Amino acid sequence: MILFSILAVLSVVFSLLVVTQRNVVHSAMALAATLFVVAVLFLTLNAPVIGVLQILVYAGAIMILILFVIMLLNPTSIEARPAAWWTLGSLAAAALFIQFIVLLSRRPLSSAGPPVPDSFGGPESIAQSLFTDFALPFEVASVLLLVAIIGAVTLAQRQR
Amino acid sequence: MMVDFAIVAAKAFLVLFMVLNLAGVLGWVERKGSALIQDRIGANRASIFGFAGMGLVNTLLADPIKFLSKEDFIPARGDRLLHTLAPCLALFPALVTFAVIPFGDVLIVGGRDINLQVANLNIGILYIFAMASLSVYGIVIGAWASNNKFSLLGGVRGAAQMVSYEIAMGLSVIGVIMVYGTLEPQAMVRAQGDLFWGWLPAWGVIRQPLAFLLFFTAAVAETKRLPFDAPEGESEIVAGYHVEYSGGKFLMFFAGEFAEVVTAAGLVTTLFFGGWQVPYLLRDGFHFPWGDALPLAPLAVTILQVAAFSIKALFFCWLQILLRWTLPRFRYDQVMRLGWKMLLPAALVNVFITAVWIVVRERPST
Amino acid sequence: MTPAPLEYYLILSAVLFAIGVAGVVIRRDVIVILMSIELMLNAVNLAFIAFSRFLGALDGQVIVFFVMTVAAAEAVVGLAIMISVFRHRQTLDPKDMQLLKW
Repeated sequence: MILFSILAVLSVVFSLLVVTQRNVVHSAMALAATLFVVAVLFLTLNAPVIGVLQILVYAGAIMILILFVIMLLNPTSIEARPAAWWTLGSLAAAALFIQFIVLLSRRPLSSAGPPVPDSFGGPESIAQSLFTDFALPFEVASVLLLVAIIGAVTLAQRQR
Repeated sequence: MMVDFAIVAAKAFLVLFMVLNLAGVLGWVERKGSALIQDRIGANRASIFGFAGMGLVNTLLADPIKFLSKEDFIPARGDRLLHTLAPCLALFPALVTFAVIPFGDVLIVGGRDINLQVANLNIGILYIFAMASLSVYGIVIGAWASNNKFSLLGGVRGAAQMVSYEIAMGLSVIGVIMVYGTLEPQAMVRAQGDLFWGWLPAWGVIRQPLAFLLFFTAAVAETKRLPFDAPEGESEIVAGYHVEYSGGKFLMFFAGEFAEVVTAAGLVTTLFFGGWQVPYLLRDGFHFPWGDALPLAPLAVTILQVAAFSIKALFFCWLQILLRWTLPRFRYDQVMRLGWKMLLPAALVNVFITAVWIVVRERPST
Repeated sequence: MTPAPLEYYLILSAVLFAIGVAGVVIRRDVIVILMSIELMLNAVNLAFIAFSRFLGALDGQVIVFFVMTVAAAEAVVGLAIMISVFRHRQTLDPKDMQLLKW
């Protein structure tokens, strides 16, 4: 419980930094930190494979890609929106959040987590699931990645 | 509960202590070794009461003192926070990866079996790759925060190189994972205690020779040492991504690079050269294939195994240093071509061949 | 280890999602908008994993695996689009990309 509180506070702080920082590189680093903290949260929820994959893929590859693009494009800093936008935007987000809370409190959720076997979320069980029940989405995902690679390379090419 | 925690803390401290010290000693080995290879004497000016110890005093005492007493310099219009954060980001993954490398079998103390590995994760190999992918951050952030075109060039080169060779590294290890059927390093090392035909220790290099070559190449490329030195390009782009770093921060980058060397050596030893396994040594002593047996106390066995791991890891560290001072630097496009067009297809072929081999071996005989 | 009660994880997920929405609405830099979208995706991943743990079913984790894959593909293509737009417009302000404005 203490662990969860620390991780929750950290993730909220870092995500607020993502949204509020003027410097884009600072935002990106804050997002990488958020992703890392969320990966640790996954680890506490008996999802070791997904947690480590989150670090590998999200924090280690996608964020590096975003940092690359930021550094290579080197955009001039853009003036922030006027203060009215910030208040309206925060109010909109708060309204969305209150809606979530209302929906959550409608039905009582069982708080007690059932005990799960040690191999829950371990590599064997995830692999079992992926290659039997979810075999088709797995193959489709690989085709999707191929399409994304081809698309990205074509889009980012210099016009010949 | 408290005892468990204390044991893990002691193991973690021991591993960190050894790795960081080894990083320092490797700095000395590199300087003196490079001097011997290049037929010169090397640094020997710093001495205590006339004892210069083949450059030991110079590298291990004088150099750190020099580094740590330099002015902490942040380039003009460079990013203050990121400039200070980058060396920490570079050092952290190299040290943390050692948490899953087993350096011994079990230490039996007071009725307790202590597994000589800081953390026995069931996803051990995946953790190693996750930390390897985090090590790109130090380069990218260090390059950006220096506000220097050469720095940025070196950083972009370095990041692209590391990302490319991570892929080759991961794929080459898949063959090893398939053969051992587990992701845990300790289980892999234990499986390497088997004997082929009764006399040949079943080390990973015998079961997966191609994977060993690919992994070693990819690991050397990950550490960005010669011959994959394009990001640092000492003669082209000054010092690449750490040109604007001096003093303690440069020492952290430097130590991080050597810690990566040690980690790469530890990984190669664990996956391919039997880790802490001494041939024919079981938990109760030697069992030679020709029938002899030499019983040993468990503590002696443990010490032998830890020593075996250390010797093997030191050999691979020395090999990487030798490699650095022997081969010329690859051009950047050659580096990229090697990673994508040679290592990656070779790793895929290795996975395919391993899969076919496993299926053929396990087919019930008709 | 026993995790915290389920509601706490869902509230955290809602908070992260709301912050992501605020980022998309408020910020004027297309890259930060993309990063806020990634933040929202992560909030959803957290909810999936929490439910997977509390229902004892692995499906949630496998779904997160695919969400990560799709998010990677989307980030790649989105950044490529951004790069090619930047080449023409030299700016990453979404206000200058409203080509269909009459």
